Amino acid sequence: MSESRATMLASIRRSLGVKGDERIRKAMVEDRLERAPKGVIPDRAQLDAAGKLALMLEKLEAAQASVARLASYADVPGAIAQYLRDNNLPASIRRGEDSRLDGLPWAETALEVSKGPSAGHDLSAVSHADLGVAETGTLVLASGADNPTTLNFLPDYHIVVLSAADVAGDLESLWPKLRRKHGKGAMPRTVNLITGPSRSGDIEQTILLGAHGPRSLHVLVVEG
Amino acid sequence: MSAHSTAHDFKANASRAIADTQLTGNLKAVRQNFIDKRAKAVKGLPEFEALRESGKEIKDHTLAHLDLYLEYYAQKVEESGGHVHFAADAEEARKIALDICRKVGAKTVTKGKSMITEEVGLNAYLEANGVTPVETDLGEYIIQLRGETPSHIIAPAVHLNKHQIEGDFRRVHTHLDPARDLNEKVSLLTEARGVLRDRFLVADVGITGANFLVAETGTSIIVTNEGNGDLTQILPKVHIVMTSIEKMVPTLEDASQILRLLARSATGQEMSVYTTLSTGPRRMGDLDGPEEYHVILLDNGRSAMLGGEFQDMLRCIRCAACMNHCPVYHQIGGHAYGWIYPGPMGSVLSPSLIGVDEAGHLPNASTFCGRCEAVCPMKIPLPKMMRHWREREFERNLNPALQRWGLGFWAFFAKRPRLYALANRLAIKAMALIGRKKGSFKGLPGLGAWTKYRDFAVPEGETFQAKWKKARAGR
Ligand code: SF4
Repeated sequence: MSESRATMLASIRRSLGVKGDERIRKAMVEDRLERAPKGVIPDRAQLDAAGKLALMLEKLEAAQASVARLASYADVPGAIAQYLRDNNLPASIRRGEDSRLDGLPWAETALEVSKGPSAGHDLSAVSHADLGVAETGTLVLASGADNPTTLNFLPDYHIVVLSAADVAGDLESLWPKLRRKHGKGAMPRTVNLITGPSRSGDIEQTILLGAHGPRSLHVLVVEG
Repeated sequence: MSAHSTAHDFKANASRAIADTQLTGNLKAVRQNFIDKRAKAVKGLPEFEALRESGKEIKDHTLAHLDLYLEYYAQKVEESGGHVHFAADAEEARKIALDICRKVGAKTVTKGKSMITEEVGLNAYLEANGVTPVETDLGEYIIQLRGETPSHIIAPAVHLNKHQIEGDFRRVHTHLDPARDLNEKVSLLTEARGVLRDRFLVADVGITGANFLVAETGTSIIVTNEGNGDLTQILPKVHIVMTSIEKMVPTLEDASQILRLLARSATGQEMSVYTTLSTGPRRMGDLDGPEEYHVILLDNGRSAMLGGEFQDMLRCIRCAACMNHCPVYHQIGGHAYGWIYPGPMGSVLSPSLIGVDEAGHLPNASTFCGRCEAVCPMKIPLPKMMRHWREREFERNLNPALQRWGLGFWAFFAKRPRLYALANRLAIKAMALIGRKKGSFKGLPGLGAWTKYRDFAVPEGETFQAKWKKARAGR
């Protein structure tokens, strides 16, 4: 244990007038960590499935993401090819190992699909979101070989597939889902909450898109 | 020592700022942009007031149990394969960061926006020791080119206009075509993106700050709009988080409550573009992300603010709403405050961190209009605390020589807590014995100014600290 760790903890305890071994304080902390109370949850996100989806779509657009609604996963490759064409982009795309994107009719398109993280040379990438948050139009992506984090930031055009069934109402409802998946108190290395394409307001407070991350964020919402 | 300060020259700094017509022109953006956007965002969320109360409660609870949460947090970080370093002051924080850089032979370090690295003066220190720091937030990048400090805690270059920025880019980016057109703001952005993209890809270490530390999971959270903080932390081999102890919250739910307040209060967004949760280094099977994850936890005077009249300031989430709504800030901008934290939050915080001698003038930079407190998402009573500082300063000036002598005397003991407690107990017992008969003292050595006009009540034979402890234990 470093000297400063002991000094700082002692200083905190001196200021608070505590010793650090008080049972009641420990119990309060353990209880809070265990229960993880939810706090104030906005009414706006307490909706049925259709309502959540509608709010998600509305908020995605407000965050300046573009959206395409698809009937099934089989439509994903075609929708990607279409998007790249519409933006005059080469028909190539980078993706991770996510099995939800396996077995789709990629061969029916002219797309050149490569797998792996990005080293900065990919113009477009596709990821699969684990969840969506309707309240703010936020996409939740977890790191790993399935969806490498570099794909979320280095390409100019980021396409994200979101299953309508994975849209949650409010931010707080994400965490129990994450805990179920990764175990309580454990997390993937990186969880990205993404709300729209990259932007900066640092030049005369004018909001400009495409600062360091993707200039465009395109969301494919799969409803079937 | 923390970063250089000219806060003692506040009056001169402020007069110079007011006379600078270019600056006051540029500052109009603050009034025009931030205030309306925040108001709209707040109006759009009926639960905003309830969330303020919730945010305050979360932070008050966390601060009251900060020792325990820090211990729990540190354990969780280690469990996930990361390292936690405690830094009692600015110098220690700088040294730890440099050490980590040296161990991996780092030549360049990319940096996400971090007020804590500004507070400890990290860039100058790294540079002096052969490591090149590259600021990657657009605003921070611009002021780094100019050799300036941020003038605003979330919009560091708000004091500049696009022509000034164009001049800096032309001066520094000499590898680009001198005849290029930089008239549009977006061409400035694109140029910075290109220049910095190259730096991201070659950096050996990435340093970010943290908006929150989550005890439950050992997670650090950053909130940005540009994505620079993310490129900073996922591309290099090593990710260092330099942050301070009061960023702690217990759980992910608690962080969520305050996230709702943060973006709305800062930029008027419902959610910033990138909210990123980082826990430890890359996992087995991960194909990207840092191989090492270090958290440097800075104290630098904060632990001493707990339990006292300035504890509330430790709830601050650095949203900048207080300065965006401050008529004094609107007039003079951020640099006049002389140290890195401007506006109302700086006027309260700076004297705590760098001392009243240096920053004692800042609490006077207030009209007591109360707008800062009204908009502060964490309900920090800023005007009241500025008054506290003024009162302290006033008392100090009544008898500067004696006060300073007394403070030096006190400081000697304060740095030696056992001795302090012992001396206090002895003195108080002695005074209680001597004064018992009369109930008060007519004169005490060293307290002439006090006992000249009033009597010094006889202590009841117990120190405040001892009483405090008893009272606490009884809860
Ligand atoms: S004092 Fe309040 S308003 Fe000012 S930066 Fe801190 S949290 Fe925001």
